[in-house]
Amino acid sequence: MDILSLFVIVPVLTVIALMFTKGQNNYRVVTAIGSGVQLIMAFNLLYQFLAIREAGNTDTMVFMQDYMWFKSMNIHYAIGVDGISVLMIMLTSIIVLAGTFISWKVDDLAKEFFIFLIILAAGVYGFFISIDLFTMFVFYEIAVIPMYLLIGLWGSGPREYSAMKLTLMLMGASALLLVAIFGLYFNSNVDGGALTFNIFEISQVNIPVEAQKLFFPLAFIGFAVIGALFPFHTWSPDGHASAPTAVSMLHAGVLMKLGGYGVFRIAMFLMPEGAHYWSEFFMILAVIGVAYGAIAAVSQTDLKYINAYSSVSHLGMVLLALLMMNEVAWRGAMLQSLSHGFITSLFFALIGIVYGRTHTRDIAKMGGLMTIMPIIGTLYVIAGMANLGLPGFSGFAAEMNIFVGAFQHPDMFHRIITIIAVSAIVTTAVYMLRLVGKIMMGPVMEEYKHLPAITWYEKAGTFVLVLFSMLIGIFPFFWSDIIDEAIKPFIQGILSV
Amino acid sequence: MNLDTFLLMRHEIGLTIIVLLLLLADIFMEDKKKVNTVAVALFAIYTAIGFVPMDSGELFGGMFSTTPLIVAFKNILNVGVLLILMISVSWVNKKMLPINKVSEYYVLMVSSLLGMFFMISAGNFLMLYIGLELATLPVAALASYDMFNRKSSEAGIKLILSAALSSGILLFGISITYAITGSMYFDIIAGNMGLSYLGILGMVMVFAGIAFKVSLVPFHFWTADVYEGAPTPVTSFLSVISKGAAVFVLMILLFKVFPDMKGIWINLLYGLSILTMFVGNLFALRQTNLQRFMAFSSIAQAGFILLGFLSVDELAVSSIVYFIAIYILSNIVVFGAIQAVGLASGKYEMDDYTGLYRTNPKISIVLMLGLFSLAGIPPIAGFFGKFFLYSAAASQGYYMLVFIAVVNVTISLYYYLKVIRASWLRKSDDSIPYFESDSFLKAGVLIATVGLLILGVASPYYEYIYSLSNIFN
Repeated sequence: MDILSLFVIVPVLTVIALMFTKGQNNYRVVTAIGSGVQLIMAFNLLYQFLAIREAGNTDTMVFMQDYMWFKSMNIHYAIGVDGISVLMIMLTSIIVLAGTFISWKVDDLAKEFFIFLIILAAGVYGFFISIDLFTMFVFYEIAVIPMYLLIGLWGSGPREYSAMKLTLMLMGASALLLVAIFGLYFNSNVDGGALTFNIFEISQVNIPVEAQKLFFPLAFIGFAVIGALFPFHTWSPDGHASAPTAVSMLHAGVLMKLGGYGVFRIAMFLMPEGAHYWSEFFMILAVIGVAYGAIAAVSQTDLKYINAYSSVSHLGMVLLALLMMNEVAWRGAMLQSLSHGFITSLFFALIGIVYGRTHTRDIAKMGGLMTIMPIIGTLYVIAGMANLGLPGFSGFAAEMNIFVGAFQHPDMFHRIITIIAVSAIVTTAVYMLRLVGKIMMGPVMEEYKHLPAITWYEKAGTFVLVLFSMLIGIFPFFWSDIIDEAIKPFIQGILSV
Repeated sequence: MNLDTFLLMRHEIGLTIIVLLLLLADIFMEDKKKVNTVAVALFAIYTAIGFVPMDSGELFGGMFSTTPLIVAFKNILNVGVLLILMISVSWVNKKMLPINKVSEYYVLMVSSLLGMFFMISAGNFLMLYIGLELATLPVAALASYDMFNRKSSEAGIKLILSAALSSGILLFGISITYAITGSMYFDIIAGNMGLSYLGILGMVMVFAGIAFKVSLVPFHFWTADVYEGAPTPVTSFLSVISKGAAVFVLMILLFKVFPDMKGIWINLLYGLSILTMFVGNLFALRQTNLQRFMAFSSIAQAGFILLGFLSVDELAVSSIVYFIAIYILSNIVVFGAIQAVGLASGKYEMDDYTGLYRTNPKISIVLMLGLFSLAGIPPIAGFFGKFFLYSAAASQGYYMLVFIAVVNVTISLYYYLKVIRASWLRKSDDSIPYFESDSFLKAGVLIATVGLLILGVASPYYEYIYSLSNIFN
């Protein structure tokens, strides 16, 4: 069995094991074992990937496997990874494990909860390993649909509304994507070859410029909706606010990354001319998202909404960086994806932990939590600092690269866009510091004096996320070397236009 | 004609024998309850025999023809009817056993299938018409089978009246084509039809006659009332078997009898497909009765099927046949669940399903899988079915239509999720209590569900259909 398909098979086995498991405690143990195995597999993959690169293998994609699926339409189950997918898989496995620990105390229909969580993870893994558009699309939808039940069944607040909104918007986006995939497929024989869904085979074909102009926005929006592109971000704050903690973590930490990854891997790589043609239009949307997310976060008082808008802002930055189309900015975009994955999921985990104790997410009703729960408080401050891009954490390295890359464009348009984006980062500091100051510092509130301390599973869930955020921040070059190498074949296509 | 060629009609002969045996069983069997088992067992044996490989050829001077594709399609319908018979048993036992109307139910359903088989195999408009009538009349009787339910009688009357009207229109169309070409045989008509205003009128009339059966907008008005009033197993028969056979016939007629007018019917299909999808989906949004809801859902699905027609090649044929096969299973799963709940509780409203998952998890799971398949969520088979239909349209550059279709999928997802919302997301104190269905129903729904989970991912099944799909000479 090949090393990559295991990332789909192990979750499926976990789901099957869960189906035949009985007992509240056993569900979470089985899930923890399953996601633990995935984590080990992810690090094994990283190790083997580095080893194979060390040995001088310079293929764009390694560990490739290709099985014919539907012969008449030349659909393959084709998989392979480069540095970026390896890192994304690692991110996913860490967050899935952390999410399992954070959801240790889910008691209503716990079995179903874990089953859907693992199905979601399987979809995400499958998406990251696919190099065939059809396979990728299938996994994308598999990742999206469990969200409906996860939010609708275990969520809080207007959960039914949020779940429906999220599902319909993401499925609507996948509809656009599907049209774009067909556009690529039926144009993939213009050079005389066979019709194909394989990304790398399509990239060898000169897709007609007219088709690129038509299908690029469909593919871009199709992916960018899940990456919270303004004005299609509206599903995200509602969805995050209503989702249970682990789902918020997976959602912001991993699922929203599918957007940037898809834009990078499909939309821009396969339709470079289309990307150049549309880049300024989408750049405006992305920068609006960056600024709007930051400003909206300032005016929110619900912890989850603040973080959700912060995600809109940070992921807008990823799309913006991708549209800048140079190597430095792209490295920044990928680092940002990783870093945001760790930081935001840490944030959502902490919000869940705090909410589980105070039973409110309204920052006006909290204060002085640092003295009552010092560990949680400290972690919260760390998360806040990491989020606003303090050096030493992953956010700094990522944003630094993005802005350096953005400033390489000397013209007025790009300068203005960049300056707006930079000022949004300052706004991040405003709401983060205000938030931390309000709920952690200040007078201790009487009703919170006897809140329980952090439990072992909450520690396990959060510490691992802090650790990785710091690993990226302290050793950025280790990660950026992997990313740089992976970006090269992709950036060449874009720059040669 | 010798025995070998006569066996080309194996399916039809088998059905006739089943009808006769069931009539005998009704006379000679004391315990009418056993007729159920006999009927299902007979049909299961017959279905299995249907899979034995068979030659293709013609009978009765070209009136009746069979090809590997037709055999495969008949087998698909057989499996569908077998599953429907299985989910019918508990209903027949509960409602029809007391008034001693057991065997007629099976006789009528099998006769209707027999009519469809003649319709599918027809090589001549007369044969087509006879098959159509044989297919329709028993269904009208079945729709009003629940004789103590006024809605059921209403359904029967509505069905028979609209069927009569559509037959009339079809006959008018046939007579026009006869007037132009001087023949009833498909081959001769295809060679001599040409392109004329009168010919277009004839083609449109024939099209409209079949479109009634497929319930394409604007020929769909009977659908909702009939589906709502008819007993659940009959509704599922109407929505999958009857519709599937009609779609297949429509495909044969357009591709093989009226190829000269391709330019015209392509535009017709394009427009009707958009209309059908939107009307079906938008009306489905507001339905609360599940059978009515499924009626509009099935109208919308018919709109999706039309996308497959547009490429007019092997892809078109295989995507349509494949989609119908999947659609049969999806609808049977959903109707099986509706049937089980309806029999146990007498409830058919969407709100009655509130909290169903907590009391009856298994039925909620299969209901969810069936609805996801209808909505086209991978990895369930419905997604693959829809994907190939879109491919057929996109291969001819109809990206706009594909876009409209996927927008409609999103709309449809909303109302499919409404059922899932009621059964999974909500809690209720008076949700339907736990119940056990009889084993036939369970087995039928289970087989269909397993089919949904396997047939999509398992590509050999689609490839097999594709390999049979060259109906163009």
